[in-house]
Amino acid sequence: MIRLTAPIAREELLKLHAGDRVSLSGVIYTARDAAHGRLCAALDRGEALPVNLCNQVIFYAGPTPAPEGKPVGAIGPTTSVRMDAYTPKLLRYGVSGLIGKGDRTPAVCDALQECGAVYFAAIGGCAAYMSACIQSCDVVAYDDLGTESIKRLVVKDLPLTVACDAHGGNAYRDGMNAYLETSRKD
Amino acid sequence: MHNLSLIHLRDVTRAVKELCIEACTHLPGQVCSLLEKARQEEPFPPARETLELICRNAKIAAETGIPICQDTGMAVVFAYLGQDVHLTGGLLEDAVNEGVRQGYTEGYLRKSVVGDPVRRGNTGDNTPAILHIRIVPGNQLRLVVSPKGFGSENMSRVAMLAPAQGLEGVKQFVLDAVKQAGSNPCPPMMLGVGIGGDFEQVATLAKEALVFSQPHPDPWYRALEKELLDSVNRLGIGPQGFGGQTTALSLHIRTAPTHIAGLPVAVNVGCHVTRHAERVLTGQPCTLAAKEGNR
Ligand code: SF4
Repeated sequence: MIRLTAPIAREELLKLHAGDRVSLSGVIYTARDAAHGRLCAALDRGEALPVNLCNQVIFYAGPTPAPEGKPVGAIGPTTSVRMDAYTPKLLRYGVSGLIGKGDRTPAVCDALQECGAVYFAAIGGCAAYMSACIQSCDVVAYDDLGTESIKRLVVKDLPLTVACDAHGGNAYRDGMNAYLETSRKD
Repeated sequence: MHNLSLIHLRDVTRAVKELCIEACTHLPGQVCSLLEKARQEEPFPPARETLELICRNAKIAAETGIPICQDTGMAVVFAYLGQDVHLTGGLLEDAVNEGVRQGYTEGYLRKSVVGDPVRRGNTGDNTPAILHIRIVPGNQLRLVVSPKGFGSENMSRVAMLAPAQGLEGVKQFVLDAVKQAGSNPCPPMMLGVGIGGDFEQVATLAKEALVFSQPHPDPWYRALEKELLDSVNRLGIGPQGFGGQTTALSLHIRTAPTHIAGLPVAVNVGCHVTRHAERVLTGQPCTLAAKEGNR
């Protein structure tokens, strides 16, 4: 288990390899479909983003409302591939880490290598468990989007897997092949 | 012949509200057992670890009341309305939507519905529900609420096969749908397969096959369910797509008669958070005269 603190230094990111288990603490930002649309539209217009996301980690997540006394309700990753149309642009802008679930398209994997960035997978559907990893949650942009607004999260020990690393490694491809190999031996 | 019964729609609203909250926080016992069994039988260590965390998460949700998954879905509601029931106090559809509104607001569930599919805009209360009304014998109203997340819904497929494609075509289509879904729908998946009917009926059959996860009454189709589930679990996708034996926890089929020219097939992909909660409302006995007078 590799312990990391976000924002994650670029040289730390380059040391990670597909399949590594990571425990992440520190500051990350949520953004999903609608926020991605707005962020990329702002970049296209040459405008500054409402939050500086350079060298930051984005978590594709839209939590449930916080019950009284809790920073957030249930929280977990949404399907990453829906962000793929936007991701290369955000990586070239300077985002350095992504957290979601599910494999990415080749264009995203190429952009990760080009930019020295990493895509982490969180377990989908473990949102009651992950809720306890969130220490604070504050809306910092696009409040009108409700659950899809950009939120600044302080997290502790968020369990992640390096899914696509900065060197072309892919834990979906490798994991499936490793399993199929062991099952053929049986 | 049943006695008539009178059901007030405020009771429908209350039931739907409570069922939304219950479904989002309590995974059905059947799904918990399937997960537990998969965890014990999974030979690939990383996959077993993932299944362990998934089982632990379901327990935490039930204990704390925090939803199992942050995607508390669109509320799919099945209303099995006995034909000897008289509903009073408004419209059934309004009562169901009011229940969804209250459940998602008071239960701190996520509002994930946009009012317009193209121009978007969150409705703010997770309404409207997807409501299926079925008239059945009897004088009770059975309500089933099944919140459906879209990570898995997006991976669902419908095809209008030609009769010549036959059984092999059906099998191939199901396997292709699962392969295309891959790591996206939070595997381990649960799968509902509809075969027959027409374009819209086949999708509903698949949805019911998924939500109710009951073996087909015909042994020939039960054998096909098992064969397809085994094939799916040989693909190696595994929990979360990182490899393993457990790609799907269950696969069930529902069938209906179809046209001489057609062989519709649908696969409704569900995730390991395939949830539903149900309740039967019995209402007050009433006579025909009281029913008339109530208008
Ligand atoms: S696919 Fe299921 S488990 Fe995954 S995020 Fe959606 S509702 Fe949750």
